Amino acid sequence: MKRVALLGMPNTGKSTLFNRMTGGSARVGNWPGITVELLSSKILLGGDMVEIIDLPGIYDIHGFSEDEQVVRHFLHDNVPDLAIIILNATQIERQLSLLLQLRQYNLNMVVLLNMADEAKKFGISIDTAKMSASLGIPIFLLSAKYGNGYQEALQSVTKALRYSTPGMAEELRSQLEQDAHIESEMTRVLQNSVQVPMRLPDNLTTHLDHIMLHPWLGLPIFFGIMYLLFQGIFILGQPLQTGIGDLFSWLREAALTPLLSGLPAILQGLLLDGIYNGVATVAAFVPIIILFFLFMAIVEDTGYLSRAAFLMDALMAKLGLDGRSFVMLLMGFGCNVPALMGTRVMRSRSLRLLSMLVIPFSLCSARLQVFIFITAALFAPKSAALVVFSLYLFSFAAAILTALIFKRYFPNSEPFVLELPPYRFPTIRQMLLRGWHEVYHFVHRASKFIIIGVVFVWLLTHFPATATPAGPDTWAGQIGSWLHPLFKPIGITAELTIALIFGFVAKEIVIGSLAVIYGLSGHALSGALALQLDWVQAYSFMLFTLIYTPCLSTIATLQSESKNTGFTLLSLIWSLAFAWVVSFVFYQSARVLGY
Amino acid sequence: MKTNSLTENLANLVAGESALIQAIHTDDALRQRLLALGFRVGKHIEIIRKARFSGPLQVRIGTTDILLRRNEAAKIMVEKL
Repeated sequence: MKRVALLGMPNTGKSTLFNRMTGGSARVGNWPGITVELLSSKILLGGDMVEIIDLPGIYDIHGFSEDEQVVRHFLHDNVPDLAIIILNATQIERQLSLLLQLRQYNLNMVVLLNMADEAKKFGISIDTAKMSASLGIPIFLLSAKYGNGYQEALQSVTKALRYSTPGMAEELRSQLEQDAHIESEMTRVLQNSVQVPMRLPDNLTTHLDHIMLHPWLGLPIFFGIMYLLFQGIFILGQPLQTGIGDLFSWLREAALTPLLSGLPAILQGLLLDGIYNGVATVAAFVPIIILFFLFMAIVEDTGYLSRAAFLMDALMAKLGLDGRSFVMLLMGFGCNVPALMGTRVMRSRSLRLLSMLVIPFSLCSARLQVFIFITAALFAPKSAALVVFSLYLFSFAAAILTALIFKRYFPNSEPFVLELPPYRFPTIRQMLLRGWHEVYHFVHRASKFIIIGVVFVWLLTHFPATATPAGPDTWAGQIGSWLHPLFKPIGITAELTIALIFGFVAKEIVIGSLAVIYGLSGHALSGALALQLDWVQAYSFMLFTLIYTPCLSTIATLQSESKNTGFTLLSLIWSLAFAWVVSFVFYQSARVLGY
Repeated sequence: MKTNSLTENLANLVAGESALIQAIHTDDALRQRLLALGFRVGKHIEIIRKARFSGPLQVRIGTTDILLRRNEAAKIMVEKL
C-alpha cells in the first residue's frame, strides 16, 4: 500500500485537512524508528487504497524538539511515496523555509497552501503557477476548513501518487546541514510569486486582543471564561452522567439480574458488581469527556488557549509550568481524566509530565460530593461553606507545592516561544470529531484497566465468602486493620480506611461504601458518622481524600498518556505519601492545640 | 535624536516600539526555533504588548505574532527604530 505523509508547521490546519481527507476514521499506531504513536488512516484514492499519516507539526526539519526528531526518524525509516506539505498561506514568507528544507530530501511532494481565505483578507496575493514553476513542485491554494480548492488538491495528490519517491540516497538521508543557501533561495521564490502588504490591516483579532489581553481586564475575563466552561461542563455533564448511571442500573435490574439469577451468588456478584460495574464506571466518563473536549476544541481552535498562556505565564513560569498547564489544572476541577488527556496540547514531554503530576490534586466534582456529605454531617451549616472553600485552597496549595518540588526533575527543554494565531471560528465538525476521538482513545486505552480494578476491589470487599460484604472480616477489612497503625496517627478509623480503599476506585462510591460498611444510609449514616467522629478526624479524612489518588480512571489515564509505568507509580506513591503527611501534620497539630 | 548606537536587548523595549534584529545570542535549540518563526538578522520586529508581572512579550514579525518570555527576549539584540 502506498504511504502518504502530511507534513507542515504547527497551526497550519494540517489536522483539519487530515480529518477532511479521512472523514475522521483515523486510528493511532506505531511506526518503525519512533516511539510516539501517530494518527493514520487508510482511504481510497483514485482506485487504490493509500495510507495517510498525520506527522506532528514541525518548524524546522533540523530542529531540536521532540516532534522534529520524530519526523526526521519517521522519514528516515518509512520513506513515504508522497509527502503532502501544508503551509499556512498567510505566513508563506517564513514557512517556505520548511518546504525548501524538505525539497532537499528528494521526496515526491505536493504543496498545499492552506488558509487561502485568510491570506486574501490580509491582502496577501500568491501566484501559485509562478511559484510552482520556480520550485518544480505542484502547488495549490486551499481552505481545508471550508473545503474550497479541496477537490483540485485531491486530484493532484492522486496524480502525484502515480510516481513514487525514488528512494532517498543514503547521503541525502543522513545529511543534516544544508541550510546556508535556503535564505537566498527563499528570496528568489518569494520575489516573483508572493506579495505581502507592508503593514497588516487592523482586523478583528487586533480589536479582540485589546480587550482579551487588556492589562487589567485580561485576567478577570480569563477567569470568567474558565468559570463558564467549568459550569457548562458541570451543568450539562451532571444530568448526562446520572442518565447513563440510571440506564445502566435499569438494564441491570430489568435484564441482567433475571438473566443471571440461575447462577451461584458468587458468580452473580463477580459479573454484576465486578465486571458490569466496571463497564458502568467507564461509561460514566464518556459524556464528561465528550463535553470537555467539545469545549476545549472551542478554546483551542479559536486561538484563546495561547492567549491564556500569555496571561498566566508570569506565575506559571515560576512553577516550571506554562499558562496552558494552568488551563488544564483549572479544568481538572471538573474532572481530572479529560484534563490529563488535554495536556497533549503541550509538545514538550517534561512539561506535560509535570502538568500531569499536578492535575490530580485538582478537587474534582466527585471529591466534592464526599466533602459536601461529610461537612453537612459534621459541621454547622454556618461553617460548612468555609470548610469546603478551605479544601479548595488546599487543593491549589498541593498542586503548587508539587510543582515546586518536582520542577527540577522535569526540566523543560522546549523554549517557551509560541505562535499567537489570529482568532478563528471553530467548525462544528472539527469539535465533534475531537470529542469522538478522545472518547475512543479513553475507552480503548483505559477500560481494561478500570474494569480489572473494579473487579479487584469487589474481590477484596466480598471475600472470603463467609464475611459480610465490606465488613471487617473481608480481605479489605483485614487490610484495613493491618493498615490501621498507619491511619491511627491521622485520626482515620478502621471503617473509614475501608472506605478509602473503595475511594481508590472512584470517589463517587465513597459515601455508598460507608453506607454498606455501617449498614445505614442518608440521615442515619450522617448521624452515625457524627457520633463516631469529631471534626478534626473528619477534616483529616477529607484532606486525605483530597490529596491521595483521585480514582482508578485517573491512574489508567496517567498510564495511557505517559506510557511510563515509573511515572504512574511516582504519581501514585507521591500522592499517597503527601496525603498522609498533610493529614498527619493537621491532625497532630490540632490535637496538640487542644481541639 | 541620538546618533550613538541604539543596540538594546528586545526585553527592554516597550509596547508599540519597533526595531531591527541585530543578533540572536541563544542556544542552538531556541535559535533554530526562532529562525523558523521568522527571527532573522535585519528583520523588522514590533512589540505589540507585554504581559503584567514580568510576563511574556507579544511581538510581530511579518505576518506572525509570537509570544516569548522576557529572559529569552533578553538574548535577542535589536536596534531601536
